[in-house]
Amino acid sequence: MPVDLSQFHQTFFEESFEGLEVMESGLLVLIPGNAHPESINTLFRVAHSIKGGSSMFGFTTITEFTHVMESLLDKLRSEECPVTQGSVDLLLHSVDFLRNMLAAVRDNTGHNTERGGRLREQLEEILENGKRGSVTVSPVPRTTEAADAGGAARGWHIKFRPHRHLLTTGNDPLPMLRELSLLGDLDVSIDVSELPRFQDLDAEACFLGWGLMLHGAIPRTQIAEIFEWVESDCDLEITPIARNTLQASTRPTGEVVPIQSADPNPDVNRFNTSAVGPAPGADEGSTLVERRKNPSAGDASSIRVNIEKMDALINVVGELVITQSMLSQIGEDFAASRIDKLRDGLIQLARNTRELQESVLRIRMLPISFSFNRFPRLVRDMSQQLCKKIDLTVSGEQTEIDKTVLEKLSDPLVHLVRNSLDHGIELPEVRKAHRKDETGHLHLHAYHEGGNIVIEVTDDGAGLNKAKILQRAREHGIIGAHEALAEDKIHELIFHPGFSTAEMVTDISGRGVGMDVVRRNIKDLGGRIEIKYEEGLGSTFAIRLPLTLAILDGQLVRIGRHIYIIPLVSIVESLQVAPKWVSRITGKGEIYKLRAEYVPIVRLYEVFKVVPDSERIESGILVVVEGDGQRAGIYIDELLAQQQVVLKSVETNYTRVQGISGATILGDGTVALILDVPGVLELSRRVVPVGFRTDTHEAVVTAA
Amino acid sequence: MNLEQQLDRTTQPMPTAAGQYLTFILAGTEYGVDILRVQEIKGWDTATPIPNTPEYIRGIINLRGTIVPIVDLRKRLHMEAVVYGNTTVVVVLKVRGAGGERTMGFVVDAVSDVYNITVDQIKAAPDFGTSVSTEFVRGLAAVGDKMVILLEIDQLVDTGVAMAEHAVSH
Repeated sequence: MPVDLSQFHQTFFEESFEGLEVMESGLLVLIPGNAHPESINTLFRVAHSIKGGSSMFGFTTITEFTHVMESLLDKLRSEECPVTQGSVDLLLHSVDFLRNMLAAVRDNTGHNTERGGRLREQLEEILENGKRGSVTVSPVPRTTEAADAGGAARGWHIKFRPHRHLLTTGNDPLPMLRELSLLGDLDVSIDVSELPRFQDLDAEACFLGWGLMLHGAIPRTQIAEIFEWVESDCDLEITPIARNTLQASTRPTGEVVPIQSADPNPDVNRFNTSAVGPAPGADEGSTLVERRKNPSAGDASSIRVNIEKMDALINVVGELVITQSMLSQIGEDFAASRIDKLRDGLIQLARNTRELQESVLRIRMLPISFSFNRFPRLVRDMSQQLCKKIDLTVSGEQTEIDKTVLEKLSDPLVHLVRNSLDHGIELPEVRKAHRKDETGHLHLHAYHEGGNIVIEVTDDGAGLNKAKILQRAREHGIIGAHEALAEDKIHELIFHPGFSTAEMVTDISGRGVGMDVVRRNIKDLGGRIEIKYEEGLGSTFAIRLPLTLAILDGQLVRIGRHIYIIPLVSIVESLQVAPKWVSRITGKGEIYKLRAEYVPIVRLYEVFKVVPDSERIESGILVVVEGDGQRAGIYIDELLAQQQVVLKSVETNYTRVQGISGATILGDGTVALILDVPGVLELSRRVVPVGFRTDTHEAVVTAA
Repeated sequence: MNLEQQLDRTTQPMPTAAGQYLTFILAGTEYGVDILRVQEIKGWDTATPIPNTPEYIRGIINLRGTIVPIVDLRKRLHMEAVVYGNTTVVVVLKVRGAGGERTMGFVVDAVSDVYNITVDQIKAAPDFGTSVSTEFVRGLAAVGDKMVILLEIDQLVDTGVAMAEHAVSH
């Protein structure tokens, strides 16, 4: 009977993705010219097992590609080939590509074979060079090298702007450029002016244009031939070069990335390599988009559990069984004299249960290094792109956090890091002028504090510029022209939805999510974000999250005979209200003057249509909550205990209920609803207060 | 029965109306539901009401750690409400709808019996026009000299949930 290999696919992909991560971090610590043989060995082993696995399952494209990678690593290992920055960069690119290729095979989608072919050629080129004993490895194709020779020969100036749908017609600009380069020396510059912000980027559309200088006496027909298939899908201008306009006309109008001068650092040629591809933007964009898909695709994925955790769980279950048998023995022939034994047994049962709960939760916990590990690469790539010198340090990466939280944390964290790199840390010259070390420092730190995990992103950059933020806010009409704001209100501004950081400076931070989205994501996880900064000296963004989504700290409150739970994170304070501080706006909306601010009062019994003990504001309690950046006072009858509650879904068997995030089971076995604070506030804006109720509410359901 | 047939039985919605039915009483009339959908029968206990839901949703209960909504079937079928007595029970059913399979409890006056009902015992419900809603009725079955109304339980819940969602969005 033949074995169905497909059942092992999932494992293969998981192992391969893990392997690629190992490879990536291994490559990042590889020092050109002084590589540790063991670290190359590790890389080699990973490539080898991916190759082996893929050939077993018949993924030949992956096998062939990894084979070339493996050969190069073998050469590096045996020191036949020196480890250079170029080869490390190329291997990093190959890791990216391999990751996409694996994802494509897994999801049965196509991948960019063109890019693969190019990478393979470059890998082979290095291999060849290695054989010849050549020391200089240049993955930069000769097309860009010709720049210095500009102006020497007569040639053609080609303006090539593909229409958006070019890629979908099966054409790829890259082979055309390559063919052009075969005709003669080619200067390439990219026009990225049409490139949209990252969130609007469509990976299948072509947003790029090229300005090409082809040097040499080449018949025009030969050039036209290359573009023959795409003529109707692009704007094409082929003009002869006038001798004196050579350099200037290389640049088409719009925002242009001149490839030759992009990088001041000659041995860092990563930028150059990628620039020859479809385009740095498109290339990286697609990688990012695909990566972002991964977490969602991996939602149903399995989890690897440390065997120690598993053993601990089995131990606890063993103890539970013993306790159970003890208790049932007591139950079989029970006498009043044995009541002490029963009590002991119950105490033991309580302990076992708690331990069981903890062990099970621990299984879901993963070290945060899973998320932190991607940052060395990100920082490296971005600092090169931004021409900044940035040193990244990471601490507390063994801190454990729930897998679900970890997955949802990645995007906000990436945004914060990008933000720090882009806006926080200054350019080396600026830093020097401020008598700071030229190399900026970024620190990621995770630690436990109470039932929370705290993740800090600290940079020693410029900090927040209060004056600038205020100015922006005024320009955008978020605050009045002469409105003065307290310190913490100014912090609030950067989380304001209209206050996009993209408008503040460059396109790098603008490509991710805005700070308002960061904060919303973190709030969705039941956490909050804090800012500390010193102008000119740096800033710290601290994310505080509950360890798990399954358990939350709740405040039990009572209205009439109903018990609700308000998540403790959203409660600001609870107080008794004197009626003289309550006023009504146009006789309807109630407002309470809480020290310097006014908070609207939400009478929860009206929103939920239940009967309270009293409608008099002074006899109940006002719980001041914060949801979606706004405060409100929720009026309830009584505060009960604070306790940890296990979140249960109402949606599974019923449907989403507005204002309710879930339910939990209280000690007495009854069910209590957990309030979704933003939802309740939203709901309260729609509910007409008692006395002003229109006849639209015929279904007053839950009234006792 | 081989494995494949077994799978078919559990994954396919009932192809025919024939099979075993659990019956219960509502206002003196016997109603039947497909017995394969019945998860358990339990006594009525209090439920925690959910705000802003249709009247027939009694609330939610804790069924061994799972949150299960409870539907008052009398109210759902627009019958007169009664005070719950000691025969009042909750029939916990697995229902399939647009959102996948759900577990829901239905409050009925009392449970009655289990019948084997064959295809030729089942008759289509007569059309009462708009005076009596028959959209939840799969058919009428004659058992001895009694009549059992076979309920289309998925239909009942799907429109119910849709109504609840409607209520949420308004």
